[in-house]
Amino acid sequence: MGVKQQGAELAPATEYYKVLGDNILTTSLDKLVNWSRSRSMWPMTFGLACCAIEMMAAGAARFDLDRLGVLFRASPRQADLIIIAGTVTHKMMPVIRTVYEQMPEPKYVIAMGACASSGGVFDTYSVLQGIDQELPVDVYVPGCPPRPEGLLYGLIKLQEKIMREKNSFGAAIGAGQVIRD
Amino acid sequence: MSQAVVAKLKGAFPATVQEVKEHRGEVTVTVKREDIVQVCDFLKKEAGYNFLCDLCGVDYLGQQPRFMVVYNLYNITTKERLRVKVAVPEEDACVETVSGVWSTANWHERECWDLMGIRFANHPDLRRILMPENWEGHPLRKDYPLQGPGREPYQGRLS
Repeated sequence: MGVKQQGAELAPATEYYKVLGDNILTTSLDKLVNWSRSRSMWPMTFGLACCAIEMMAAGAARFDLDRLGVLFRASPRQADLIIIAGTVTHKMMPVIRTVYEQMPEPKYVIAMGACASSGGVFDTYSVLQGIDQELPVDVYVPGCPPRPEGLLYGLIKLQEKIMREKNSFGAAIGAGQVIRD
Repeated sequence: MSQAVVAKLKGAFPATVQEVKEHRGEVTVTVKREDIVQVCDFLKKEAGYNFLCDLCGVDYLGQQPRFMVVYNLYNITTKERLRVKVAVPEEDACVETVSGVWSTANWHERECWDLMGIRFANHPDLRRILMPENWEGHPLRKDYPLQGPGREPYQGRLS
């Protein structure tokens, strides 16, 4: 590659789960935290290509992402989720990284469409061959571009994934880290 | 018409004009690399070509000289066009800047430098304009690998 790439850093998980234990109180609180997080995923308003048109369609009246508590926010400081909707060029990557780093934890990434997942048809020097080379991706949505139903399915999958998180209450009060599968 | 301008140019710079071609009413003049700024200055001030539509580089890989820089000029008053070309060898890929004649050449020359690797001497700000600043190589050259350096070229479907 012409541009030097940095590997995405993943938080180590396993030992931290033992901090608060695994009992009816902590697991119930985890469930409450997971439920509130998964039902209020606010994505960053950030589109890169034609996938962004489908993302807007998914947010508009017919498909209505508001039903899932998905409200687009125009600031990364208020966002929990970034939907990488489109082709990522090497020149755009520093911007995406800045936006991602400005989002508060916990934060999630959806790679929407073939380009964000793998570079798609743009197998060229200027295009990043998949956003997972730079950011930790939670859900990949296939399609070129995916229909709004596809994005909805991806968001529901992310909700299910968030519901499976462990020690999310403990992490919120500073005991250990969230354990994701 | 443009031929009259070419005659005027030949009169002013008899040793500089190397080739004149006309194809479907489009006149192309190839001039010597050393005199490009004087020629452009003359064409702007004396012939009224007050607008530089485009400045681009061409890579004729395998030929000598390898590169050409093409200046597409336009006279807004008389609606006449003229194309000026300069041959640039690979080992000394450098042309004098015309950003002092037409200010718009500044960014055009930066693009040409970025993608073709042709330097422009005395340019006020010769930085990359399209590719990232830490990019290596000039991707629009014909011998640049399409998928970028360090990657195996696509071999077709494996399954």
